Amino acid sequence: MGERRDITLTVNGASVSRDVEVRWTLVDFLRHELELTGTHVGCEHGVCGACTVLIDGRSARSCLMLAVQADGHEVTTVEGLSPAEGLSPLQQAFVDNHGLQCGYCTPGILCTLTEFLETNPDPSEEEIRIALSGNLCRCTGYQGIVDAALAYARSNKGSAE
Amino acid sequence: MSWVGSAVPRVEDPALLSGKGRFVDDLQVPNMLHAAVVRSPYAHARVRGIDKGAALALPGVHAVLTYEDLPEPFRESRLLLLVPNPAIRYPVTYYTLAKDEVCFAGEAVAFVIADDRYIAEDAAELVDIDYEPLPMASDCRAALAPGAAVAHADRPDNIAADFPIAYGDIDAAFAGAAHVFTESIFAHRGGGHAIECRGIVAAHDPVGDNMTLWVNTQSPHMLRDVYAKMMGVSESRIRVIAPADVGGGFGPKGMYYQEHFCAAAAARLLGRPVKWIEDRRENFLSTYQERDQHWDVEVAVDAEGRLRGVRGSLIHDAGAYLPWGIITPFISATTVPGPYVLPAYHMNLTVVFTNKVATTPVRGAGRPQAAFVMERLMDRIARELDLDPVEVRRRNFIQPEQMPYSVGLVFRDGSPVVYDSGDYPACQEKAIALADYESFRERQAEARQAGRYIGIGLGSYVEGTGLGPFEGVSVKVEMSGKVAVQTGAAPQGQGHQTMLAQIVADQLGVKPEDIAVTPGDTGGVGIGIGTFASRITANAGPSAQLAATGVREKLVRAAAHLLEAAEADLDVADGRVFIKGVPDHGKTFAEIATFANGMPGFSLPGGVTPGLDETAYFTPERSTYANGAHVVEVEVDIETGAVTILRYSTAHDCGAMINPKMVDGQVLGGVAHGVGNALFEWMRYDDDAQPQTVSFGEYLIPMATDVPRVDQVHIQTPTPLNPLGVKGAGEGGTIPAIAAIAAAVEDALSPFGVHITQTPVTPPYILERLDAAKRTESLG
Repeated sequence: MGERRDITLTVNGASVSRDVEVRWTLVDFLRHELELTGTHVGCEHGVCGACTVLIDGRSARSCLMLAVQADGHEVTTVEGLSPAEGLSPLQQAFVDNHGLQCGYCTPGILCTLTEFLETNPDPSEEEIRIALSGNLCRCTGYQGIVDAALAYARSNKGSAE
Repeated sequence: MSWVGSAVPRVEDPALLSGKGRFVDDLQVPNMLHAAVVRSPYAHARVRGIDKGAALALPGVHAVLTYEDLPEPFRESRLLLLVPNPAIRYPVTYYTLAKDEVCFAGEAVAFVIADDRYIAEDAAELVDIDYEPLPMASDCRAALAPGAAVAHADRPDNIAADFPIAYGDIDAAFAGAAHVFTESIFAHRGGGHAIECRGIVAAHDPVGDNMTLWVNTQSPHMLRDVYAKMMGVSESRIRVIAPADVGGGFGPKGMYYQEHFCAAAAARLLGRPVKWIEDRRENFLSTYQERDQHWDVEVAVDAEGRLRGVRGSLIHDAGAYLPWGIITPFISATTVPGPYVLPAYHMNLTVVFTNKVATTPVRGAGRPQAAFVMERLMDRIARELDLDPVEVRRRNFIQPEQMPYSVGLVFRDGSPVVYDSGDYPACQEKAIALADYESFRERQAEARQAGRYIGIGLGSYVEGTGLGPFEGVSVKVEMSGKVAVQTGAAPQGQGHQTMLAQIVADQLGVKPEDIAVTPGDTGGVGIGIGTFASRITANAGPSAQLAATGVREKLVRAAAHLLEAAEADLDVADGRVFIKGVPDHGKTFAEIATFANGMPGFSLPGGVTPGLDETAYFTPERSTYANGAHVVEVEVDIETGAVTILRYSTAHDCGAMINPKMVDGQVLGGVAHGVGNALFEWMRYDDDAQPQTVSFGEYLIPMATDVPRVDQVHIQTPTPLNPLGVKGAGEGGTIPAIAAIAAAVEDALSPFGVHITQTPVTPPYILERLDAAKRTESLG
């Protein structure tokens, strides 16, 4: 058994206190300790982006971060991006544009896009592709994902005007 | 309206988008332990001894299993070879755990089980194995040289199989040729690299001796049947469940692996459930790949560029074992003729053992390499005879009036290769129209004046899809009135649930979202094959239609009794059966199902069969052939060798489409895989057969910035071979992509006379070819 430490953090809006092993990655803590299995592990070396979550609103790899480093911070996972009933407008855009197939990379992509679209509400296709370049998808060829992001941004723009 | 043919939203999506997917690593079974694998660091070595002491002493460790610890007769039984072939000289596969010789870096030698994965990995490092390194076979061509080190210590050489695939009078074809052109081609493909790695949870119930395996497999029934044979137990005691959500498959998850049997053995021995989840490094080391093929080919043509014959040799890197036999090179060799009239063909296959992980099919299954070879020859003919590449293909295409067309080959299932339907010339015409091919030379000239090198390339393909023997589907109207569908077919993102729900919805007059589809469970359907070879829509699809039609007949028959009406006067819609034209006069599915399920002690009226369920196994007579054409425009940076894809156009014919949006998605994803194969993906080994690319930082798969937008057009030539007229769509996006991209790069660099004979077409390769071309020019 490794060294343990108490941590307190906010996960999807709720305060969580746990005694954790210092070597646990954040993604293992989220998945196995908090049973938030929507965040996935794809490579454990920070390339594929499947484990992307939001730390204080910024996207980050939860496989490259220890649970103890999240102490005192605010973590949002795909579960936290989802309304209690139905889907969020961004999630619905994925349905409408066939933005997922196996769905394994999808939670990480939703986290990446959530941050990106908040700071870039009216992006070009190229900007979206660059933003997505840290999330690997093997199924879709990315086009449906890009189209979902574009459609979401367009509809937001429409409703803002 | 008909649900079939409409782009309905996928029933799979809402759960996956909200973090409620159910992947294998999401399963938490009470009392579960966790495993880690101790793998050989050597490509080839003898195992002299294993000291488990330090690992077992670690608190939280429950067991360290080695070959000696596995139950008999299980341990002596090598994993079954899936598709035997008389040409295989040494049909060798894995032991569940290595016995006394390891034959690739990554082979499982010990299986450590502990309270959690962290402890299991700590303990795995403490397992002390005494290896005696042996000479190794790395490059598959070098492994054929006399005196080369052997991949298996007890073998005289490295030849796994050596045989020809041929038809027609090849000597006469070459003797009478106006021109003969020769090419040496290296075609490399990496792996599947699904973003979810492999995994299993095994739970054994000692009271009933029942084993349940949750595995992210493409082939749950196959795994069950193999396990039953190896353990010598009844299939009825084993249930394999592919979780509803599997994070991509692409071929490699279709096979069974050492770890599947390790986990099952561990769960049985320890009396507790055991979970093993592969990490990405292990995926690079131990999940099957496709890798190297070396082709030496020559083509004979007449004066007009019409094919007379193709002959040559194919050397294929099998790796250390043959879990799927020699199926990949076999498919490669039988795919070469493609959409063209090729009167004579002779290809000698040499399948070579090396000390690397086994090679088995990855999306496309050896076909992308074959298409690369054939399309390279087409482009060569065009260049030598000063013809447009489009024109050469036009002259050689099989014409639609020649359908059904017998190629002359025997396919992997032993049946003759007979293309059932398709219009190959029309497909190419559609693709070049979409790509604005006619104006390209003008655009190219303008670009060159601006110092930019752009090029265009073509690729056409034919793919045998929908291979039999069957895939079962069971449809049931329950007493709740709900419609339940079960199938052995396991999905990995294709949308099987939606596809089957659409077909059943049409027959039963309900909405797709009201149908509960449970795929991939051996407990649901008695026998099954698996999801590979683009076969599910063409096998399970017709089965769903047959089963749903049968249920509809039972519904109507039972309702006729209840309503005291003639069956011919009844209609089915909105979950009810009613008198035609009088929707209010009818019975709900729940009422009819309750009636058909009977009451204790009461006989069913004559003609009413028990229950409202039906299981069907549609059995296709033979494969149905999909086809397509790709046109790609690229720009090459001659300073860096970087390739940018500017435009990508596809014409695709998979027969009738159940869900056009999902077919589009299959093509898009397939193209992305092809882009990776064409430009980036290379599983490298050094001379000691040590893997050199074991992370996504070293082995590159395409990113959102690498894959272009794909313009698609579909032709629908329904196959006569199944009642839905459907063909497979899973691999057509991948198969011609390498060929078309490589041709486009060559065309872009045509001012330098660069000739592309390798895939992937990496920047270093492009620069090397540019240098070589410049050297040739300066010498000339």
